[in-house]
Amino acid sequence: MSALLKLTGVETYIGRYHILQGVDFEVPEGQTTMLLGRNGAGKTTTLRTIMGLWQAKAGTISLAGEAIEKLSTPDIAQRGVGYVPESMAVFSDLTVKENLVLAARNGPLDDAQLAWIFGFFPALKKFWLSRAGSLSGGQKQMLSIARAIVEPRKLLLIDEPTKGLAPAIVMSLIECLKEIKRRGATILLVEQNFHAARELGDQVLVMDNGTIVHRGAMAALAADVPMQERLLGLSLEAHQ
Amino acid sequence: MSEIAATDALPKPKRDIAPLLLPAVLALLMIPLIGSASSWVTLTVASLAMGMMIFIMASGLTLVFGLMDVLNFGHGAFIAVGAYVATVVLLPLASWAQADSLLTNLAVLLPAALLSMGVTGALGLVVERVLVLPVYGQHLKQILMTTGGLIVAEQTLYALFGPQIIPLPLPTALRGSFIIGDVAISKYRLLAMLVGFAIFVAIELVLNRTKIGLLIRAGVENREMVEALGYRIRRLFLGVFMTGSALAGLGGVMWGLYREQVHASIGDELTVLVFIVVIIGGLGSITGCFIGAILVAMVANYGGFLVPKLALVSNILLMVAVLMWRPRGLYAVTSR
Repeated sequence: MSALLKLTGVETYIGRYHILQGVDFEVPEGQTTMLLGRNGAGKTTTLRTIMGLWQAKAGTISLAGEAIEKLSTPDIAQRGVGYVPESMAVFSDLTVKENLVLAARNGPLDDAQLAWIFGFFPALKKFWLSRAGSLSGGQKQMLSIARAIVEPRKLLLIDEPTKGLAPAIVMSLIECLKEIKRRGATILLVEQNFHAARELGDQVLVMDNGTIVHRGAMAALAADVPMQERLLGLSLEAHQ
Repeated sequence: MSEIAATDALPKPKRDIAPLLLPAVLALLMIPLIGSASSWVTLTVASLAMGMMIFIMASGLTLVFGLMDVLNFGHGAFIAVGAYVATVVLLPLASWAQADSLLTNLAVLLPAALLSMGVTGALGLVVERVLVLPVYGQHLKQILMTTGGLIVAEQTLYALFGPQIIPLPLPTALRGSFIIGDVAISKYRLLAMLVGFAIFVAIELVLNRTKIGLLIRAGVENREMVEALGYRIRRLFLGVFMTGSALAGLGGVMWGLYREQVHASIGDELTVLVFIVVIIGGLGSITGCFIGAILVAMVANYGGFLVPKLALVSNILLMVAVLMWRPRGLYAVTSR
């Protein structure tokens, strides 16, 4: 499987703080790669750096063989990268429809694509003309993901989609992400919820202190509890 | 565009109409205080006309402020330049402007207004590229740069036209009033109200019915996410900046004709008023700006009539009262 995204020696500073300290990894095409790690490890910074929201001070980032580390955020998005931030960042003053119209950069909304999205996010159809600000947290997350997939994207960067959501909504969101995955999407997914990571991930990367400290198959990490405890500080309760 | 049925949509959130009712409530409360019906109508019409002119000047600033978090203290320069461009066109063609034919008056007034908008829009392009672009995200430097720009513009106008007040008479067709019973309604004030309202409707239509408008509304709320969707918000901002500058120029023309005079510090005088309107309305909110402009004008007119000594501080008092009620303005769009 060829690498769609490749980071080599990426270093990012936020103000005086040296957050990413030489990040190297590859995201294989058509697979879901989980990016795990403790709070403050640099996961969100990694996604924001790929997206050009923070500039890498050193290193290279390539998307389908093209260097993108010097490109602006709109240029990176136009190359087919969809981004779902941790904060969801739906436009609360706009309706669900307007949020999606805006996300469909290349033309009008495609009915078939919409029908597919409504298949696993029926709430978005129900609340089509409601202001996004009036949606619940889970529905906002659905809208945020729908915005990223309303047009075909090469790569999806998704930051902690299950954060702060009720367990039932998390389960439904996992099913949605599995459906997106079945369509062959390439996903780099930051997640703190190990259950979600185990369900969704093909590959796994673990970060600590701004570097990748482990890479491999998700199934192997899921089967190795001592390694989980060592890398992620997970206790047995995390699996229940 | 997909035609998805939305029959089972959420009940629409209640529209926040309290700010919309404020001008009407204020106007009604003034009836017993003013006493005379004709004085009340005259003051109310004057307030609406003045409010519309202030709205025209402030509408661009609120979008610039809300969309890109840019403190443009030089906005008044566009007002002054707009007024002077109209003066340069109208004075040599005074015979047309003072002719007894409405068509002849409009034949000189409309090109003057359009030229003012063109010049101030182009000036906006230069100001954004030269003064604002290098200081994005740095409020203190923005204040220094744009205030400096205002001073340079003002001094340039002094150098070119001198320090004296230049008369700018209204075209003949716009002089006088319509008399309805005891009430006289100035033709020019009526025109100002119509132009201001038309611009408000046009901006609302663009913001709510077009993709550019969606982008502006989304950008006011979260410009980073708009960029992450693949849109170049800087280019959008430049367009908004130029449009706001052109509208300020048009406001300058209308204000100059309203006062029938122009002077180099006209923009300087109006800057504070325009900022008060933007803050009262809520940064980035066109509806808030519209209501805020009417409130500011009402307080100035009613206050000036009832308690002339309070006129100088009335707008500051209004701003304090509104911010105590709604700390982020009448309609909060951004989180700032």
